[in-house]
Amino acid sequence: MKLHEKGLAALSAGLRAKEFSSVELTRHLLQRMEASQAQLNAFISITAEQALRSAAAADRARASGQAQLLTGLPIVHKDIFCTEGVRTTCGSRMLDNFVSPYDATVVAKLKSAGMVMLGKTNMDEFAMGSSNETSFYGPVKNPWNPHLVPGGSSGGSAAAVAARLAPAATATDTGGSIRQPAALCGVTGIKPTYGRVSRYGMIAFASSLDQGGLITASAEDAAMLLGAIAGFDPRDSTSVDRPVPDYVAGLNAPLAGLRLGIAREFFDKGLDEAGEQRVRDALRVYEKLGARIVDVSLPNLPLSVPTYYVVAPAECSSNLARFDGVRYGYRCENPRDLMDLYRRSRGEGFGAEVKRRIMTGTYVLSEGYYDAYYLQAQKVRQLIASDFEQAFAEADVIAGPTTPTPAFELGSKTADPITMYLNDIYTIGANLAGLPALSIPCGFAGGLPFGLQLVGPHFSEDRLLAAAHGYQRETDWHTRAPDGYS
Amino acid sequence: MTQWETVIGLEIHAQLATRSKIFSGSSTAYGAAPNVQANLVDLGYPGVLPVLNVEAVRMAVKLGLALGATVAPRSVFARKNYFYPDLPKGYQISQYELPVVADGALEIVLDDGTRKRVGVTRAHLEEDAGKSLHESLPGFSGIDLNRAGTPLIEIVSEPDLRSAKEAVAYMKKMHTLVRYLQICDGNMQEGSFRCDANVSVRPLGAQKLGTRAEIKNLNSFRFVEKAINYEVERQIELIESGGVVLQETRLYDPEKSETRSMRSKESSNDYRYFPDPDLLPVVLEPAFIESVRATLPELPDAKAARFASQYGLNPYDAGVLTASHELAAYYEDVAARAPGHAELAKNWVAGELSAALNSDGLEIGASRVSSEALAGLVARIADQTISGKIAKDVFAAMWSEGLSADAVIEARGLRQITDTGAIERAIDAVMASNPSQLADYRAGKDKLFGFFVGQVKKATQGKANPAQPNELLRKKPQG
Repeated sequence: MKLHEKGLAALSAGLRAKEFSSVELTRHLLQRMEASQAQLNAFISITAEQALRSAAAADRARASGQAQLLTGLPIVHKDIFCTEGVRTTCGSRMLDNFVSPYDATVVAKLKSAGMVMLGKTNMDEFAMGSSNETSFYGPVKNPWNPHLVPGGSSGGSAAAVAARLAPAATATDTGGSIRQPAALCGVTGIKPTYGRVSRYGMIAFASSLDQGGLITASAEDAAMLLGAIAGFDPRDSTSVDRPVPDYVAGLNAPLAGLRLGIAREFFDKGLDEAGEQRVRDALRVYEKLGARIVDVSLPNLPLSVPTYYVVAPAECSSNLARFDGVRYGYRCENPRDLMDLYRRSRGEGFGAEVKRRIMTGTYVLSEGYYDAYYLQAQKVRQLIASDFEQAFAEADVIAGPTTPTPAFELGSKTADPITMYLNDIYTIGANLAGLPALSIPCGFAGGLPFGLQLVGPHFSEDRLLAAAHGYQRETDWHTRAPDGYS
Repeated sequence: MTQWETVIGLEIHAQLATRSKIFSGSSTAYGAAPNVQANLVDLGYPGVLPVLNVEAVRMAVKLGLALGATVAPRSVFARKNYFYPDLPKGYQISQYELPVVADGALEIVLDDGTRKRVGVTRAHLEEDAGKSLHESLPGFSGIDLNRAGTPLIEIVSEPDLRSAKEAVAYMKKMHTLVRYLQICDGNMQEGSFRCDANVSVRPLGAQKLGTRAEIKNLNSFRFVEKAINYEVERQIELIESGGVVLQETRLYDPEKSETRSMRSKESSNDYRYFPDPDLLPVVLEPAFIESVRATLPELPDAKAARFASQYGLNPYDAGVLTASHELAAYYEDVAARAPGHAELAKNWVAGELSAALNSDGLEIGASRVSSEALAGLVARIADQTISGKIAKDVFAAMWSEGLSADAVIEARGLRQITDTGAIERAIDAVMASNPSQLADYRAGKDKLFGFFVGQVKKATQGKANPAQPNELLRKKPQG
């Protein structure tokens, strides 16, 4: 097995057994990353020099007996995470020149665990998009077919793992931005419970929905990393002070008796036929493992897209106000006065989708519209959350498709934002309710990977990972790499 | 002629005396070089998050309890969105719909001695903005973000105040209170305690409020009084000449002693308030509130009442001595060290000492005469070692040289002559050297009595106990 085909557990074992060094591993992957750029454009920055330094330090640590489980293992970070001394663009011209003076908590935790950062992944601008086409740095291409989108907003992270450029990537999920690209690229992506992972240093899009997580090849790899990034952070008041379980130890929990909830609302008329079949195949695998299929109902789920497109833009319109050309980031040439500085810096620094959402958000928060839109959306959000709560009285995990369709063609949905937004119809509910959810590959539809989504109650990441791992022990979809990248 | 009634409500902004900012760990100390006390959170860097300083909440609860207000079991921070270069995030975090304190009151004493209850609608926590510096940088504006994120409590009164004087009395009382509670240093020059005044007028007896103007950023009691008086007159003149008062924000110009329109509310920002998703609602358990209650000091009104009964002071003097807890503590120390002479102690603390502090621009804490030293002086007056008049000179020397009363009295030989013999000898000498006046006096010219008293005092260099020459003189001439 080639180095880049190995998962984190195998790589960790290889480093321990001195089969290869972290520097060798890093060199190998950096080379693949560089070589892939013209085709995939998965990275905004490749931090080769820094990576080799960290890898050398990791090897020294290992030589002196100081290595931990993750020491010397490679990772790439979505460019939404602030990285000290490294450009952090959030996919935007606005931050094209921004070098962060500090590390996000997630970055700092993985750094102190000894992981080696190889680069920063491409993404939709400020994480606003479902196809990676809103990035200032150009779209990422799907490794399964370069004419297709990888999904978004964590398209670079998903493509990088799918193309075996890196064994793991951090990512963020506000409405499906981890799960949807993971599904479209045939990899594993987990969005933890809101509050499980610190948001400090993760550039905010919609604060009440944003959650950092991971994209990996397997649930096992995700479990290895989730324990390292989860936990209370005194710098993030919305992070939850609650012990972090040993996710790796919980992976083999038996699935016999697991109540797998199926909600009609996830199988609506927009769902791809072949994709639906792959999901139903997966359910049979679970039944074989002893799980019981139960019907549940999420009657308000169809309202999740309109609800999301009130709440998320509202928060983003305020969160992005700080990008004003005054202290950092893009500033227009020769502003005439303060108004001109604001107008042109923001007008030139932000792309069309970001502006659309800022405008929408500003509108729904305006006097006279607040009650009708923002407040109303918060009420519907409560309804959706309580739908899930009731469903979890009968089911341990809710299963369904991650997306209505497999990857679509570049440019095919950019003209119509609503069609684009509907791509997140199955994923947004978990964000609105703050629930953990993951997507795992469950086969191919029309030759393209298709994703199975598992949603669990708050803080049930261990259960979700065990369910995903159980499935991945029975199937090999997660081991498939696209042609040319194996 | 219509009789007009003035209606005033104040929004007082008090800077809370926390060591660090309300949502970050930066220092709040005043006067540092620009931007050295602004960390990434204060600068609104990408990805940073606010974390609430519990000390600020504790202070707000203290104020709420002192005002007899409702302390909200759950309050919420919201974002007030607007663009300005000294507002790094593009929004100010403030409490909007659910403030931490609501429905309190403060009692003030009016000129005629009657007491008036002024309602406090609410008090909420918020962060201050930075400062824009328009001077000293030709063609540019500077921004100093040291102040950005400094905790403020905004205390909003009901429109219960009916004159500039009442407004000042209320503001002074609140100033006293926040310093008693040690939640604000009260330094008005540095902007730690300032207010906006909402002023309107209406025909006397009318129920409906007139349109109000908001005078921004008044940072002295004198300015509050002058600005309101100017504004009231302006509004009355405007209405009487057929105009209408606009709802607007006005700025007071102390140079010209007038208020000027800043911007009209019609064209004002829509602040698009919404709950800040980065901060959880502030949930206060009853046990927490009670633990704060246990730290409340004796409050000004209670202290004044106690001073009146314990020291036999009139309500006015008790009020003066309790205007600050430091002054009250000073007085109590003097009174305790000079037992039985509370009235004399009051005269000296409220009189000579306060005057000296005023003229040197010092706070009581920086007094050049300690309470112990002043008690020493009071004791010497009480035991008649020196007269009240001489005591003023002694005090002056104590103030300038930092000596004790006894040291000054000794060094300058100011001990009062109470020895009857010595005074009698002086009287005899005066009589002997003024025979014609003595003859006139004996012939019934009573007015000359004062002349002899003066001569005797002169001869004893003022050291004679003032009562004694009178008494002895009265006996002498007849004898």
